[in-house]
Amino acid sequence: MRIQMFCINFVRMLALSIGLALILSYAVFVIYAERKVSAFVQDRLGPMETGPYGLLQTVADLIKLLQKEDIVPYGAHLWLFKAAPIIIFTAVFTGFACMPLAPELIGAPINVGVFFLLSIVSIDVLGVFIAGWSSNNKFSILGALRGIAQIVSYELPLTLAVLSVVLLSGTLNLEYINFQQHAHVTLLSDTTYFPWGDWTMKDAKAIGGIFTWNIIRYPFLIVSMCIFFIASLAECNRAPFDIPEGESELVSGFHTEYSGFRFAILFLAEYAMMLLVSLLLVVLFLGGTNTPFPNIGAVALCDWTSGTLGHWSSNAWGFFWLVSKAFGIVFLQMMMRWTYPRLRVDQLMLLCWKVLLPISLVMVLCSAYWVYWLKQ
Amino acid sequence: MKKTSVHPITLLFQTIQSLKEGLRLTFKHLFQAGNRRAPVGVMSDAYFKQPEGIVTTEYPHESIPLPDHGRYQLHNEISDCIVCDLCAKICPVNCIEIDPIKSPVEIGKTSDGSTKRIYAATFNIDMAKCMYCGLCTTVCPTECLTMTKEYDFSVYDVRELVFPFAELSPEEAAIKRKEVAELQEIEKAKKAAAAAAKASASTSDTEAPSAVTKPSVSKPVMGKPVIGKPVPPSTTDVVPPASESAASSDTPPSTPPKPAVNKPVMGKPIIKPSIPKPPTQTDTEGGSNV
Ligand code: SF4
Ligand code: SF4
Repeated sequence: MRIQMFCINFVRMLALSIGLALILSYAVFVIYAERKVSAFVQDRLGPMETGPYGLLQTVADLIKLLQKEDIVPYGAHLWLFKAAPIIIFTAVFTGFACMPLAPELIGAPINVGVFFLLSIVSIDVLGVFIAGWSSNNKFSILGALRGIAQIVSYELPLTLAVLSVVLLSGTLNLEYINFQQHAHVTLLSDTTYFPWGDWTMKDAKAIGGIFTWNIIRYPFLIVSMCIFFIASLAECNRAPFDIPEGESELVSGFHTEYSGFRFAILFLAEYAMMLLVSLLLVVLFLGGTNTPFPNIGAVALCDWTSGTLGHWSSNAWGFFWLVSKAFGIVFLQMMMRWTYPRLRVDQLMLLCWKVLLPISLVMVLCSAYWVYWLKQ
Repeated sequence: MKKTSVHPITLLFQTIQSLKEGLRLTFKHLFQAGNRRAPVGVMSDAYFKQPEGIVTTEYPHESIPLPDHGRYQLHNEISDCIVCDLCAKICPVNCIEIDPIKSPVEIGKTSDGSTKRIYAATFNIDMAKCMYCGLCTTVCPTECLTMTKEYDFSVYDVRELVFPFAELSPEEAAIKRKEVAELQEIEKAKKAAAAAAKASASTSDTEAPSAVTKPSVSKPVMGKPVIGKPVPPSTTDVVPPASESAASSDTPPSTPPKPAVNKPVMGKPIIKPSIPKPPTQTDTEGGSNV
C-alpha cells in the first residue's frame, strides 16, 4: 500500500516537473517570438546577436535574471512580498491541471473543470494585490489597484462567455466539452446538428474536422468568442489592457520592485496565463484537440490527421492541434499588443460594463434559447 | 459631455472597422519583414526608393556607405599645414591646440605652393570637445584640415580622443626652437629699427578707427570717412598691424571724455544730454535709464 502511494506520488511529481519544464520552454520560446513579432511589425530585426538569429537571447536573459540579487525594498512587507510571485505563478500553473492536453491526457479530469479553472485563476488577482501592496511603492500600489479593478470587472464578461458554451455543452467538464467536438467520439448528448433540418450530429462527425467545432455548430458563439478573447486579454494584463503595468505611467505597475528570480517568475506567470486562456478558448470554441480538416469523400483528411483513438497517435495529433491552435491565439494576442494603444482606465471600465457585459448577457440568452430549440 | 451623438451601433461598427484597419497595417508590416532595405547611402538613387522592408542595419557587421567627406573625424594633412592658427581661432569650443614655432625663414612649401614658415610643435584636436561644426575646415587656407568619413572612434579613455597631428617629436621641437631662437636674434636687431618706425606710424593710424570719438579733426569733413582712412596704410602688412593696433588701442578707452566735442556732427543721442554738465553726467544718465 505504501509503495503504491509512493509510486503515485512519484508519478505526480514527475508530471509536475514535466509540466514546469514545458511551461518554461514555452515561455522561452514565446518571449523570443514576441520580440521577433514586435520587431517585424515595427520593421526591425529584433534580437540577432545571441545565437543564430538571436535564438538564445531569452535563455541569456533568463540566466541573467537568475544571477541577479533578490532585492526586498526597505519598508516592504517581507514575507508577503516574497510570497506574491509564488501565489501568482501557482494560481496560473494550477489552471493547467484541468486542461485536456490531448484526448487522453489530462492532469485532473474534474467534473467542474471550467468552474475550477476560472476560480483558481481568480487567485491571480490576490497575488497581484499582495505584490503591489507589500512593495511599499506608490507605483506598485496604483498598479495593483488598477489590476484588481480590471481583472475583477473583466471576469464577468469572461465567465458569461464561458457560460454560453457551458449551456450548450451541458457540462462543466473540459474533457467532456473537448470530446463533444471530437470526430471519433460519439456521446449520448449528440442530437441534431442545427435546430432546423434533419442533419444529425452523427452525420457531422462522419465528416468531422471543423464541422464538429463548437464555433461552427453554434455559429452565434463567434460573438462570445470575441468577448472571451477581449476579456482574456484583460485577464492577462496584456496590451491594450495593460494599465496595471503601463510602463509609461507606472514604471511597471505591481511588479516594479521585483528583481531577479521573483521577477522572472512573474514574467513567466504572465506568459503562462496567455497560454492558459488561449488553451481554454481553443477547447471551448475551436474544437480543442480536434483537427480542422474534414473528410471529403475518399480524401479522409480528418481521419488521417486525428490518429486512432486509444492509440498514441491520437494523443500526439490531439496535442499538436491543441497547441498549434493555442499558439495561433497567442500570436493574435501579440499582434494586438503591437497594434493597439493602451486604453484609459475609464475607457476600460466603459468597455467592460457598458459593452461587453450586456452583449455577453444577450449571448447567454441566445444559448439558452438555442438549447431550448434543439430539445424541441 | 458628448460632443457628437453617434448611434451606439454605428460606433460599434466604426470601432470594429478601425480595429480591423489597425491589424491590417501591422500584419502588412509583418509580412513585409521578409524584405530588407539595402544599406545604401544618400549618394544612391535607391536611398529614397525603398518604401518597405526591415530598416535595421546591423552596424558592426554592415554599415551604410557615407560620402567621402562626411562631418565626422577631423584630419589634418600636416605637411600642407602652414600653422596659420586660423582654425584654432575660429573654433567655437577651443578644441584645437597649436603650439607654433615661428621660423624667420621659409621652411618649405605646401602642395598648393604656399610658403610654410611655422613649425607645429603641437597640433592637437580634442575630438571629445569638437562639435563638428566644420568651421575650422572652411577657414583653412590650404585646405589641409578636412573632415573624413571616419565616425567610429570611440575609446575607453576620453583622453585618447585628443588626436595629435604634429609630426615633430618633443626633442625635434626643442632643437627647432633653439635654431629659431638663434635666427630670431639675428633678425631682431634688423627689425628693431624698422619696427620702431612702423609702430609710430601704425599707432596713429589705428587710433582713427576707434575714434568715432577723437575726430575733432575729421568733424568738418563728415562723420564716416574715418573708417576709410585706416585701410590704405594697413594693406601693406596684413596681420601684424591688427594685433599691434589691438595692443595700442588700449589707450583710446581712456580718452572717451573728449568725444563731447563730436556731438555737433552726429554722435549718439545718449551722449548728447550728458555734455552740458560733465559733473552731473552720471546722475542724468542714471535718471534717464530709470
Ligand atoms: S569642427 Fe568646429 S568644433 Fe570641431 S574643431 Fe573644427 S571648429 Fe572646432
Ligand atoms: S587653418 Fe589649416 S593651415 Fe591654418 S593652422 Fe589650421 S590646419 Fe593649419
